[in-house]
Amino acid sequence: MLQLLKSLTETDGVSGDEGRVREFIKKEISPYVDKMITDSMGNLIAVKKGSAENPKKVMLDAHMDEVGLIITHICDDGMLKFGVIGIDQRVLLSKRVMIAGRVPGVLGIKAIHLQKRDERNRVVKADDMYIDIGARSKEEAEGLVSLGDYATFTTECEDIGSGRIKAKALDDRAGCAVLIEVLKDNYPDDLYVNFAVQEEAGLRGAGIAAYRINPDIGLALEGTTCSDVPGADEHMYSTVMGCGPAISIIDRSSYSSKDIVNGLIDAAEDAGIPYQMKRTMTGGNDAGMIQRTHEGVKTGVVSVPVRYIHSPAAIMDVTDFENTVSLIKEFLKKGACCK
Amino acid sequence: MDIFDFLSRVNNLSGISGYEKNVSDVVADIFKEYCDEVTVDSFYNVTGKKSMGGGRNPRVMLAAHMDEVGMLVTGIDDKGFLSFEGIGLDQRILPGQEVRVHGRKELLGLIGAKPPHLQKPGEANKAVDIKDLAIDLAMDCDDVKKFVRVGDTITFKSPVIHMNGNRITGKSLDDRAGVAVMVQAMKELDHLNYGAEVRFVATTQEELGSRGAQISTYDNLPDVGIAIDVTHGDTPDAPKEQTCILGKGPAVGMGPNMHPKLTHRMMDMAKEYGIAYQPEVIPGHSGTDAWVMQVTRSGVPTVLVSVPLRYMHTTVETMDLNDIKNAGRLIALFISSLKEADECFNY
Repeated sequence: MLQLLKSLTETDGVSGDEGRVREFIKKEISPYVDKMITDSMGNLIAVKKGSAENPKKVMLDAHMDEVGLIITHICDDGMLKFGVIGIDQRVLLSKRVMIAGRVPGVLGIKAIHLQKRDERNRVVKADDMYIDIGARSKEEAEGLVSLGDYATFTTECEDIGSGRIKAKALDDRAGCAVLIEVLKDNYPDDLYVNFAVQEEAGLRGAGIAAYRINPDIGLALEGTTCSDVPGADEHMYSTVMGCGPAISIIDRSSYSSKDIVNGLIDAAEDAGIPYQMKRTMTGGNDAGMIQRTHEGVKTGVVSVPVRYIHSPAAIMDVTDFENTVSLIKEFLKKGACCK
Repeated sequence: MDIFDFLSRVNNLSGISGYEKNVSDVVADIFKEYCDEVTVDSFYNVTGKKSMGGGRNPRVMLAAHMDEVGMLVTGIDDKGFLSFEGIGLDQRILPGQEVRVHGRKELLGLIGAKPPHLQKPGEANKAVDIKDLAIDLAMDCDDVKKFVRVGDTITFKSPVIHMNGNRITGKSLDDRAGVAVMVQAMKELDHLNYGAEVRFVATTQEELGSRGAQISTYDNLPDVGIAIDVTHGDTPDAPKEQTCILGKGPAVGMGPNMHPKLTHRMMDMAKEYGIAYQPEVIPGHSGTDAWVMQVTRSGVPTVLVSVPLRYMHTTVETMDLNDIKNAGRLIALFISSLKEADECFNY
């Protein structure tokens, strides 16, 4: 499972550029599914038939895309300008990026020695930053990158602390990994697993996939904010690391169906799997789009708590991840939620 | 040893000022490949002695520092997060940075960045204050306290990698690239005739005020001092008059810290052998080991050679390998030009 997370998080796939991640997932799941479709935006929909006589259609969704940068201009001196997809500009300075999966670059800032004292308290706007790829001129840079190329952080996935891992893109490759693991088992209902594109660009991919699938219920799997860190008041902890998968009641994009929330809680309690309720209403995810498809779909959201999402490196508890896999499997095996 | 291999080997080591032993050990081993004798003093300065035998005059001392910028642990909270203080760092580079905490055990840590979803409106336009940042070791408080204490040092995790062409990027190239220049000079000297006794010193505690160079210069008692450091490279956000251009050769320092005749000798050698160089005018304190070398004992005529480096004191310091190699070659040629009682030592 850790090797799966390592491969998934170290593959680059900014919103709009999910191809590498999709190809990787296709290979991983092909032995376990009956059919795969890639739609016009690049969503990968995998179908796994259920064993029940009258199976329901269960849509599971995790997004493949991650936050990142897109190259917008090549300067005369060979530096690159960029647009930002889903990142706080304050985490960009002094970071490494990989452009188009092959050209390394850095986001630098002039040395502290060359700054005036008050500059150090001022935010450098993303518009004023540039990526240095070691090119000495525009021509040299043009030989290496093209406008519209995507860039993302180069963080290595590795162990940190006690039973935790550090990686980029855990939002939402953690969700992708959960669904890959879930697909290895068998269930009564038909599973339509959507590995979605462009969640970070505004939940763009999941809607068209849900329309195509027209499911009876939908469940989004996320790597969600874990804010049990200094600077956050305890009542603002959206989730706590190590306390199990987080079940959402409401967030900015959707209300969860009470039936599904109760079904998840029952599955967790019957199997003795620890779980927690997501305690803040911030953030949104693909469930918001699935819920409003066709005549409306009952949805739920289950998340693996992840600290520092949308930054170069995030931290996740491996046990939380494993418990999320177990919870989804238990929930699906019961098959009761749709009846 | 290839210069990039050298940097790959020494740059990933941790050695904040005052805690250079790790680096010192490895540098001493590498110096042994090229020098006649290698010694390490009480400050962990590494001195490699090299000569062709015979007269051994004058004595030339080179200095480039091994220490790097970093941070110190200032507190451990009840959930195991560390508060910390930086030394010579721009706090704006810190969020999202991976670090190594050097406690009783070396631990991987992450300086947490608050996700946009949890920020208050307008927060993204305020610079993060180092006081509001914490290092996450992904461990419980009890475990953290087993390994970490207030005062432990912290360094960045950012190994050196190749970029396009001859460009490289990574942490602590300031000033281990200067040590690489010395290694290059050692290699070049093997192909030259020279009368000098050369003492290559990888110094410590430069970032605290060249403490290592101070005691080492006193100890080595050189006739000529050559400090090797990095200087600011050209970037779009930095003033042109304060930077040198990457790939256009080493910078030769000019100003009160530098001996005028020796400095001209250095430039003459560059011209004679067709090595590109950039004059760098420094009005006062050069911020390098040259500052203390010049006034050690009864005074040491000192020159300064610097290699252009972008984004100094960050995790993405960026350089051109050719500048490092050319600096080494120029210095070796300069050394080979020095004669006993050379008139250029006079004022």
